Amino acid sequence: TFCKRVRANDRDYNEKFQYASNCIMTSKYNIITFLPVNLFEQFQEVANTYFLFLLILQLIPQISSLSWFTTIVPLVLVLSITAVKDATDDYFRHKSDNQVNNRQSQVLIGGILQKEKWMNVRVGDIIKLENNQFVAADLLLLSSSEPHGLCYIETAELDGETNMKVRQSLSVTSELGDPNNLAQFDGEVVCEPPNNKLDRFCGTLYWKDCKYPLSNQNMLLRGCVLRNTESCYGLVIFAGPDTKLMQNSGRTKFKRTSIDRLMNTLVLWIFGFLVCMGVILAIGNAVWEKEVGALFQSFLPWDPPVDNFLFSAFLSFWSYVIILNTVVPISLYVSVEVIRLGHSYFINWDRRMFCSRSNTAAEARTTTLNEELGQVEYIFSDKTGTLTQNIMTFNKCSINGHTYGEEQHMARVQALDFSAWNPLAARDFCFYDQSLLDAVMEGEPAVHEFFRVLSLCHTVMSEEKSEGELLYKAQSPDEGALVTAARNFGFVFRSRTPGTVTTQELGKAVTYTLLAILDFNNIRKRMSVIVRNPEGRIRLYCKGADTVLFERLHSCNHELMNVTSDHLNEYAGDGLRTLAVAYRDLSEEQWEEWSEHFRGADKATDCRDDRLAAAYEEIEQDMMLLGATAIEDKLQEGVPETIAILSLANIKIWVLTGDKQETAVNIGYSCKMLTDDMTEIFIVNGHTVQSVREELRYNGDVCPSKCPPPQAPPPSLLESISGEFALIISGHSLAHALEADMEREFLETACACRAVICCRVTPLQKALVVELVKRHKKAVTLAIGDGANDVSMIKTAHIGVGISGQEGIQAVLASDYSFSQFRFLQRLLLVHGRWSYLRMCRFLCYFFYKNFAFTMVHFWFGFFCGFSAQTVYDQYFITLYNIVYTSLPVLAMGIFDQDVPEQRSLEYPKLYEPGQLNLLFNKREFFICIAQGIYTSVVLFFIPYGVLSHATQSNGVPLADYQTFAVTTATALVIVVSVQIALDTGYWTAINHFFIWGSLGTYFTILFAMHSSILFNIFPKQFHFLGDAHNTLGQPVVWLTIALATVICIAPVLAFRFLKLDLKPQLSDTKKRKPGASGSTLGRLGRGGSRRSGYAFAHQEGFGELITSGKNMRLSSLALATFASRHSSSWIDTLQKVILNSFNISQYTVFTFFYELNESFFI
Amino acid sequence: MGKKQAGTGPLSRRPDNSAFKQQRLPAWSPSLTPQTVLPTFYILSLVCLLLGIWLLITVEYTYELKVDYTDAGTCEQCFNLRKHAIDSSTPCKCTVSFHVPKTFPGDVFFYYGLRNFHQNLRRYMDSRDDAQMVGRKNNLKAPSSYCAPFDYDANGKPIAPCGAVANSMFNDSLTVMYNPTDGSKIQVPLYRKGIAWYTDKNVKFRNPPTNNTFSLQQAFEGTTRPLYWQRPVYELDDIDSNNNGFINDDLIVWMREAAFPNFKKLYGVLNRAQGPFTEGLPAGNYTLSINYNFPVEPFRGRKELVISMVTWFGGQNYFLPIAYLVTSGLILVTAVVLTTVFVKVGKKGKNMEE
Repeated sequence: TFCKRVRANDRDYNEKFQYASNCIMTSKYNIITFLPVNLFEQFQEVANTYFLFLLILQLIPQISSLSWFTTIVPLVLVLSITAVKDATDDYFRHKSDNQVNNRQSQVLIGGILQKEKWMNVRVGDIIKLENNQFVAADLLLLSSSEPHGLCYIETAELDGETNMKVRQSLSVTSELGDPNNLAQFDGEVVCEPPNNKLDRFCGTLYWKDCKYPLSNQNMLLRGCVLRNTESCYGLVIFAGPDTKLMQNSGRTKFKRTSIDRLMNTLVLWIFGFLVCMGVILAIGNAVWEKEVGALFQSFLPWDPPVDNFLFSAFLSFWSYVIILNTVVPISLYVSVEVIRLGHSYFINWDRRMFCSRSNTAAEARTTTLNEELGQVEYIFSDKTGTLTQNIMTFNKCSINGHTYGEEQHMARVQALDFSAWNPLAARDFCFYDQSLLDAVMEGEPAVHEFFRVLSLCHTVMSEEKSEGELLYKAQSPDEGALVTAARNFGFVFRSRTPGTVTTQELGKAVTYTLLAILDFNNIRKRMSVIVRNPEGRIRLYCKGADTVLFERLHSCNHELMNVTSDHLNEYAGDGLRTLAVAYRDLSEEQWEEWSEHFRGADKATDCRDDRLAAAYEEIEQDMMLLGATAIEDKLQEGVPETIAILSLANIKIWVLTGDKQETAVNIGYSCKMLTDDMTEIFIVNGHTVQSVREELRYNGDVCPSKCPPPQAPPPSLLESISGEFALIISGHSLAHALEADMEREFLETACACRAVICCRVTPLQKALVVELVKRHKKAVTLAIGDGANDVSMIKTAHIGVGISGQEGIQAVLASDYSFSQFRFLQRLLLVHGRWSYLRMCRFLCYFFYKNFAFTMVHFWFGFFCGFSAQTVYDQYFITLYNIVYTSLPVLAMGIFDQDVPEQRSLEYPKLYEPGQLNLLFNKREFFICIAQGIYTSVVLFFIPYGVLSHATQSNGVPLADYQTFAVTTATALVIVVSVQIALDTGYWTAINHFFIWGSLGTYFTILFAMHSSILFNIFPKQFHFLGDAHNTLGQPVVWLTIALATVICIAPVLAFRFLKLDLKPQLSDTKKRKPGASGSTLGRLGRGGSRRSGYAFAHQEGFGELITSGKNMRLSSLALATFASRHSSSWIDTLQKVILNSFNISQYTVFTFFYELNESFFI
Repeated sequence: MGKKQAGTGPLSRRPDNSAFKQQRLPAWSPSLTPQTVLPTFYILSLVCLLLGIWLLITVEYTYELKVDYTDAGTCEQCFNLRKHAIDSSTPCKCTVSFHVPKTFPGDVFFYYGLRNFHQNLRRYMDSRDDAQMVGRKNNLKAPSSYCAPFDYDANGKPIAPCGAVANSMFNDSLTVMYNPTDGSKIQVPLYRKGIAWYTDKNVKFRNPPTNNTFSLQQAFEGTTRPLYWQRPVYELDDIDSNNNGFINDDLIVWMREAAFPNFKKLYGVLNRAQGPFTEGLPAGNYTLSINYNFPVEPFRGRKELVISMVTWFGGQNYFLPIAYLVTSGLILVTAVVLTTVFVKVGKKGKNMEE
């Protein structure tokens, strides 16, 4: 299957295979191909083709009931607008292509490094990369300036992960150091064909009669950036379009909104309707031609090809198709796009969605989805970086029964200034309680010991670039926060070796001998270190989950434990992550004895883990409690409020996170998704199909009502918050729950719950969950996330939102909307989404109405003109009606309309519901609009008919001539639809006034201009309505007719609207002006009581071992960073590891932990 | 977009704080309240009622008389004669008597009416050449293809005026005789000019240029008359030579196609200069004598003479006043229903708001 062969330094050989050059071309056109290709693409749109077809019909003289320009003017307009847009887009693509293609790279040609443009790099070339350069093509790493052929890359552009990754060259090639040797290199690589798998590469290097297997570990992919590596050499394997980056940049799936789909259905129906009308009229024509037309032949013989009435009817059918096509004018599609574009700009312009901290404004990256923002029912949110800032702050602590860090809610309290007395203090650390600092200064031993624990008992690595500039590499941000806190309070962790830890305690350097690290794991939920201080005393320091730690305390701690326990409850109530801290003094004998024991366990070959655990257990006894820490997993600003408001808007929020269950639940509490008032929180944590099913069944039974129908809103706000359920499911259970036979069950249970948290899920599972809801609930889903692991979910959901302003841009690139704060979501949905939906619905209703009113008049006229496809109006009126006379007022409404002020829709989230229930524009509403349109057309035809057929002017000239009738009807139509838009417009800005009055003015201006003698004298055939406007509109009877028609058209609408308002007032009607008493909704979400915190470290075991063994000390700090951040970033790795190692152990404890948790809820 | 090229400050990308961009444009948001809707309905009803009554009174004093002469009186034989196209050149005259019950005061208008004649067929309406009839020399002898098959005659001579509309021009001539009780016969004098729109007569229809030496007949040299016409276009009016050619009033009136198959077109206006007609058309017996040329039997049509007077509002037209009255009634009913609903139910709805 390996079919790609590349030989180094041999262009001639590689040329044979005609591999792609490194020149990339994302642009679609050039100057010559633009017109044909672009037109070809545009005519692949059904609508455009349809209008082209109409145009062709109109060119056939026998059926041309309308001049060709009635179709070609709008069509050309639409095509040229789109073409200009495409051309601009392509121009920018050309520019960026050029910029990329002309980047410089150093290519080894004939043993000499030469500057070459990127586009001239060939497969098989060896190129040299320097630090911070972009990788020009997919390279096989040959050698590097760093030892062992290592080099570090950042893959942000590929997968959004900003941490460094290590790549290593084969040892045989890494020795090829300098260019001269490399120039001699003639190895041949045989590898897989180009593909888009970023994490996989298969190949073999043949060199000097040896085979060397190649993997992804040896590859540098295009788009990566070389970091912290002086230089490296690579062999180009894939170039240009073959690179994995380009292979991955496939076209993203085009998302359509439900309104779009509905609109397409309706347009199809309308076409059906049009054909029906055509058939009816054609039959009418057949009958008429047979009965009357045949007798009229002497005055008007049939056209030559017509020899009988049936053929005439056939032609008449097509003629009527041409006339009646205006029920679906091409301007519909254009207007919809314009409105959406306008709404997108409003999102981009919104200052209240601008984050000043990151200087990022919200951005609507897709302009076609706006109205769907008003219909969202499910939000799928990532946790880290989305709900939380991924910043842990040391917030409070309880030391020896005294709590520090109580927030003073008064005016802004100045953060403590540590730098004055502690030059090593971290600058960005904030703590507000002076008393703790005082306690440290006063030398309170418990406080000192407390911070000593924090500075010693951890697995953080430090890096000191220059004196006093410490940089901590913590495996989890929690640990980093604790060590940083200790640092600022004068217990600075400075460096470590495998056997020592050096700290600076209140300015004095102290080196402790590290005797043992009793590492963290999920069962133990604690970690300890045993150190010998300079004085030679041995002490065990331990930190861990309070529940675990309290059991292992010395009995004399009872009282302190109670006090601390109260504090812990308090902290937990605030949604903080707590840890208890303790120590134990060990005598030399105890240590000797235990270390013997420990070594035995360590060396054991069977049940090593169990025996180690037992050994740890043995020593972690009789500890003395020091206190507890409380760490805040800092939420993004305004997250709880946003979630509360969104829940009130009947939006269900599911958190899909890769984090641990504890962390996820904790965040669930702190952002008020989970509350202590909840009736029950279901935990699904089973590992087998059977257990998951049972858990789901059980939950389903407890749950009283499965998925209450959305039509029944909860009776009061209070009830909608309390007495509900939550579901927490972990990734491995989810894998079973998502199987075909269980997904319905899972979905039903999940939907019955107010909050759903899925933890430990893979990116793929995130997408699957979204897909499941999308498929079965027929609801609009929104996914929000910030990282590369959210991309699949963002792409799957109807609407994808990316959190911008952070380092990774992958999520933003895949998203439809991006902004930098989770809380902007409420504004995006409740204000922009709601308005967009409302405006789009009103626009569509009116648009269909006005076109039916306009077009159906022809149908009625058909019965009087022998079904001959004679139009009622002047052809110019038909051309201009949709694009000039009636387009702008409805556009203005579609862009600017507001039913309630923006703050009202945030105060009353229930205002969002009509969108979710799809009330404003659905098939029923559509039929009402159509009915209204048809009614209007009846009035507009028969009232002028009734009046004019007998009327005469005041000078005796009859008014029943065709041209007078045409002008009267057209004027009445324009006036009626203008009155109707005035009635529909709920928010009259100056622009609305201008457009509505302007349209009427334009109508009359154009009418008089077209009927002027000037135009007639130039084109007598085209402008034969000469003098008609003047003669007709000067007659009082005409105005009386128009007035009557207007009244008859509008009065019923007014009456129905009033009745609806009176009998079934919508929330938006009643909330229009009255300021509401709000704020009560949020007060409800106070602090709860039950403790639910543990050792919430996002830890993996085994890190401590790495430290004590000293293996990692060789690595530069960079590599460590890679290692350390692996948890949060490299997703697949983590998950694999988690599934393989820890979960089978942790399952039981996690479950019991939550069992306890549940018990506490029942009490 | 919010992105500004200039400025790199911390807020450089902040969107402008303009009312437009922040969607805070000052606006008027009207809403339907009982205080506005209910009075509107009552007022509308009243306005319609008053208008209806006024119009009805006006119409009541506008008289109209229709005389169907298709096969009435002595016209039956002409009617039968015109059944057959071969006899179209045979002249036929007939008379129909009718009675005017009341004096038509003031200006009286004489119309010819046709029933079931479709001037509004698409191909019929297209079958004309406005460029030809505006007297353009080039177009005179090269009629538009839309005129086919009435563009050239069998010999290939261009037809002027071309097209089906002109070809089918109404060509009965009507004379009305007043028969006072004294047994005498007085011809009712009619103005046969000035019956078309000003713009039609002066802009839309022009003759090809003529001068003292170049007569109208010479101007039309090389063209032939429409198939169904008895005389060429430059001899339409044998009394007034200024009423010949394309600017002939009857032709112009005919060329303004009717919107519906039953229509009337102005034939003449009563000349009130002398005789018993100074006050209008006196009541009494009249005789209508017709040069019966226009065949209606083939398409089962009818022909009639319509005599009518006009007011500011035009001729007799009952539709508009009645429509206004009916509308007024319906709106009143609606208004009452709305009021009832508002009083009975609306109050409850109001409670719900709170």
